Amino acid sequence: MGSRVEILNDGGYRSDGRRQFELRDITINLAQQGQADGSAVITHGLTQVLVSVFGPREAKMRSQTIHDRANINVEVNVAAFSTGERRKRSRGDKRILEIGSTIKSTFEPVVQTTLYPRSQIDVYITVLQQDGGLLQACINGTTLALTNAGIPMADFVCAVTGGVHSTSALLDLTTLEENDVPHVTVAMMPKTGKVALVTMETRLHVERFEEIFRLAGEAGKVLHKEMKKAVMGRTSTLVNAMGSRGSGVDRDGDEQMNEL
Amino acid sequence: MEKITIRKRPRSEAVITQRKFFKKTARGKVIKVLRERYLRDDVACGIQNCIACHSSLDSTLPVAGAPHPLFPDGHFVLPDTNVFLSQMDLVESPLFAPPIILLQTVMEEVRHRSLPLYNRLKALTKMDEKKIWVFYNEYRSETAIIREENETPNDRNDRGIRKATEWYNTHLQVTRPPIRGQPPPKIPTVVLMTEDAANRQKAEKAGMSGISVKKYVENLPEANQLLDLLSATGSDEIEPTRAAGIRQPLYPEYLPTATLIAGVKAGELHQGHFNANQYNYLEGNVPVPGFNKPVLLIGRENMNRAVNGDIVVVEVFGESEWKAPGDEVVDQDTTLKNDDVEGSEDEANESDDEVTARESRLTKSEETVRAIEKQPTGRVVGIIKRNWRAYVCHIDSTSLSSQNATSLAQQTVFATPVSRLLPRIRLRTRQAPTLIGQKILVTIDRWDVNSRYPEGHFVRALGKVESKEAEQESLLLEFDVRYRPFGKAILECLPPEGEQWVVPPKSDASPDWRDREDLRQLLICSIDPPACQDIDDALHARSLPNGNIEAGVHIADVSHFVHADTAMDKEAADRGTTVYLVDKRIDMLPALLGTNLCSLRPFVERLAFSAIWELTPDAEIVNVRFTKSVIASKAAFTYEEAQIRKDDPNQKDDLTQSIRLLNALAKKLKEKRMKAGALNLASPEVKIQLDSSESSDPIDVEQKELRETNSLVEEFMLLANISVAQKIQETFPQTAVLRRHLPPPKTNFEKLQDILLKRKGLRLDVSSSGALADSLDKCLDPQEPAFNTLVRIMATRCMLSAEYFCSGSVPRDTFGHYGLASPIYTHFTSPIRRYADVLAHRQLSASIGYTSLHPSLHSKSHVERVMDVINRRHRMAQMAGRASVEFYVGLALKGRNEREGKGGVREEAFVIRTFRNGLSVFVSKLGIEGLVMFKRDTKFDAENYTITVPGATSRSEGVTVAVFDKVVVNIEVEKDKNTQRGKVKMTLVSPVDSSGL
Ligand SMILES: [Zn+2]
Repeated sequence: MGSRVEILNDGGYRSDGRRQFELRDITINLAQQGQADGSAVITHGLTQVLVSVFGPREAKMRSQTIHDRANINVEVNVAAFSTGERRKRSRGDKRILEIGSTIKSTFEPVVQTTLYPRSQIDVYITVLQQDGGLLQACINGTTLALTNAGIPMADFVCAVTGGVHSTSALLDLTTLEENDVPHVTVAMMPKTGKVALVTMETRLHVERFEEIFRLAGEAGKVLHKEMKKAVMGRTSTLVNAMGSRGSGVDRDGDEQMNEL
Repeated sequence: MEKITIRKRPRSEAVITQRKFFKKTARGKVIKVLRERYLRDDVACGIQNCIACHSSLDSTLPVAGAPHPLFPDGHFVLPDTNVFLSQMDLVESPLFAPPIILLQTVMEEVRHRSLPLYNRLKALTKMDEKKIWVFYNEYRSETAIIREENETPNDRNDRGIRKATEWYNTHLQVTRPPIRGQPPPKIPTVVLMTEDAANRQKAEKAGMSGISVKKYVENLPEANQLLDLLSATGSDEIEPTRAAGIRQPLYPEYLPTATLIAGVKAGELHQGHFNANQYNYLEGNVPVPGFNKPVLLIGRENMNRAVNGDIVVVEVFGESEWKAPGDEVVDQDTTLKNDDVEGSEDEANESDDEVTARESRLTKSEETVRAIEKQPTGRVVGIIKRNWRAYVCHIDSTSLSSQNATSLAQQTVFATPVSRLLPRIRLRTRQAPTLIGQKILVTIDRWDVNSRYPEGHFVRALGKVESKEAEQESLLLEFDVRYRPFGKAILECLPPEGEQWVVPPKSDASPDWRDREDLRQLLICSIDPPACQDIDDALHARSLPNGNIEAGVHIADVSHFVHADTAMDKEAADRGTTVYLVDKRIDMLPALLGTNLCSLRPFVERLAFSAIWELTPDAEIVNVRFTKSVIASKAAFTYEEAQIRKDDPNQKDDLTQSIRLLNALAKKLKEKRMKAGALNLASPEVKIQLDSSESSDPIDVEQKELRETNSLVEEFMLLANISVAQKIQETFPQTAVLRRHLPPPKTNFEKLQDILLKRKGLRLDVSSSGALADSLDKCLDPQEPAFNTLVRIMATRCMLSAEYFCSGSVPRDTFGHYGLASPIYTHFTSPIRRYADVLAHRQLSASIGYTSLHPSLHSKSHVERVMDVINRRHRMAQMAGRASVEFYVGLALKGRNEREGKGGVREEAFVIRTFRNGLSVFVSKLGIEGLVMFKRDTKFDAENYTITVPGATSRSEGVTVAVFDKVVVNIEVEKDKNTQRGKVKMTLVSPVDSSGL
């Protein structure tokens, strides 16, 4: 019997109780994971990814060595239990491959790769749980893990998904919403306000697109605050523990960061 | 600027903020789904001036609640789901207007249980006079609950509803604290309204007030009127059924839903729409995907309480039990004439058994069935969805207990629906005597296994039978036509200049002239039926220097005035089409547009959307372009005027020449279509002559005359529609609004082929539309020119109906229009009266870059939804139009009967179907079908489609009548004495007088 869930009801609530411009709960864990030089576990609602960064280190394969800068190598794995549907997902899965190459091309211009010629930076992403906004979580997680590894970057890269239901814009979509409304993922750099990436998986009308674009930019700033708070917290933990400073942390302006 | 925030979800409360469930995918895999729920404290209570909720202006609940004798401090009603499911007519009544708190839980449960009821409920929440507040209890932290282990979804919801009731009462206390030195404030009660006694008890135990609908209504001043609206569903409480349980059930119980769904999936059971048989109330069928022919349901028990339109699940019997549809006319009114309305309530009595026996005789056929007619048979084992609505009925006067005929006591009576596809409905009313002779609206509430008839309740009276008002409204209701006047919000979408609106003087600055071609000099004219007010198309043609011809179709630029997503647009989308009744037109768009601003009247400048072709003299398209334009029509012809002008050799002016040019091209276009296999199908079209607008009594029925100029206009409209379809499909392959006509399954024609072969020795080739067209052309009877038309009418009935669809939703190879033999088609030429055309205009406008396409038209799911609505409205509008013609034909016949004396009207007719006890005939002159029934013994030959009736005297030979025979019938209009339902009665005059048969 067709009792589909209403994407946005007359009271202005989405199916999970959020309003149009409310982002899902976000948690960030920057604790050390295994041998990685930097790692981050980020959740947006029920979407959770683990990003581990190794490097910069000497390039293993000659073919991948670039003489004047570091090569960024991205691999994405999906945990078999991540969608609820137990299905073997091979590493070559097209959508997953696309996420990998999108992350690579998004971060290449942001990471200051020229500081490390002939070396490589490995980014391993494991998707632990999926409920929409997968690319957004991967990008935000990568930003955090790179920062955590002390790799200098020009800016944070903060991503968020946006969609349009009839004529109303929605931010940070769940799987249920992604299946129903045309949507885009926008990644922006808060310091410059520049856009690092826009991907569109479905058709979106140009006028709506402008609106989403603007909203996603605003949302990126909100996420940035949250990510920065986590990084500052981690840094101060480290400072307290080792008496040294983490490097590469983006710090701008007069924002007061609370210690965790 | 919108405020963007992050919602926090406390992980420690994951139990309540997270929901886990298992879902089956289309491929049958079970997957685990996890969903979040964000609880909040800013969900408003909806009571005006609430100090805690900072309630905004849209709060609908009055501060003091409403007065009620049982709640002296005022009250709000908080109904549970069942109140809306079973008592919607009460809730909708203007007399019932307490402030209502509608919980999200309740709303969602209603939506889950019945979409039509949900939509009605949603409409109510938007009405100011209703004072309904939707409280999103599942999102408010204090009222959100989760299902506990071993708790049914129902119990969970009931608990949630009680919790919300409790919260409201506390909330009212907290927000209205006593103020020192002042008397304690009056705090209204939030009353849980439920028919579930156990739920009420639980609420009362927890210190809340609970009340049943009946008790609540009884204490209202309007109790008498309101109690009648109470549905029988809740009547267990009102009046316990007598002798319940003693009776033998008349019907088998339904299987549980889960069993049904599993059975359908496994292919053991079959799901489909139930169609009642208009000739035989004891027979119905269900077309299902698994079988070529519909599954036949014979007898009450096998139909098992299915009502026309319900979605049912059937079990199919073994092939040895397959049968042919009955060949006897079985009339409900006659067979059940003496069934006592109270009978089915008492323990089995004599008359009851008698009915059962009589009905079972009627469903038995002894003769062996021919293989060609065999159909799978089966029985209904469950209902997936009831499609019950309000039905127009008459009260059967004989069902009233006579001693009560003038009292206002409650009694049980039969309501006979106007539609022959529906069963009689039992209902209890206090107003029975006053309802006799009226058309009334009745809804079905339930149909129990031990009740022969469904039970329902009275909704409202429409007026006296045969009064124009009552007949008209009942017709509109019966076909679900939206006929309320346009509301204020809709009229505000019209240009403020109103009737004074004109095309502004040409200038670059004028927004109305932006990018429009100035075609005011062209010799454009319109050709329409007489007295046409909504002229949505006009034409022109002229010779080009290169020998080719330029032809243009100019359509009213409706999308210039009707913008997407406005109140007017939404209303038009909901209406879907203008509905034409004989004496009334129910517009899709306000009359200002339809009959003025968008009507391409002569001698005024109008905005248009033009399709302009360059055609060779052989009507080959050299090119086509589309443009927004301004035109000034030079003449508005009737078909007849245009024809006369074209045929008059003395007329040599340019306008006449252009009509001739158009006509020559149209002939070529038609020839090409016919060559491609287009069908020329006939449907009986009859024109009703109304002598004057005031009296609107029909003086006579005439058949519509078709002229060359009808064909001229038709061909150019087809050309425009096809060209536009190609264009919008190219530009918007996923969401183009198109129209198609699927080829009919070959089996649909089997019977007609057999009849033609046996009766006339003619073969019908149905292998393709072209073959069918050719063989239809050969279906001639030299003695009888009307025979060909008759065959075409019968062939048309074997076909499927055309439908609107979204281009991205169906495979590309199913786009074709079978009847027109066109690979692609849409509707573009009548945007004033069809909503599909409005959408096609918007898409065409976007595809030429004139406007951008509204985002909703990029959404496949949105377009699909709109297509579903307009397809249904289109079908309903056609049926309403036909029913209206029938009503007037009836009136005309009655008038002629009266003028021409008692004998009735005599007309020639063709036999189109033979039954064991009668004939179905088609009176082509009146465009109506009728039944001739024989009471005396007849000899019926199903194989050869003949029936032999005894001669007029006992001595004379029997007379054999066969399908396609021409007969003469006597037509009278009778009223059923009991139900007041008008009925056309036909008797045979020739070849034999059947009045004594
Ligand atoms: Zn409040």
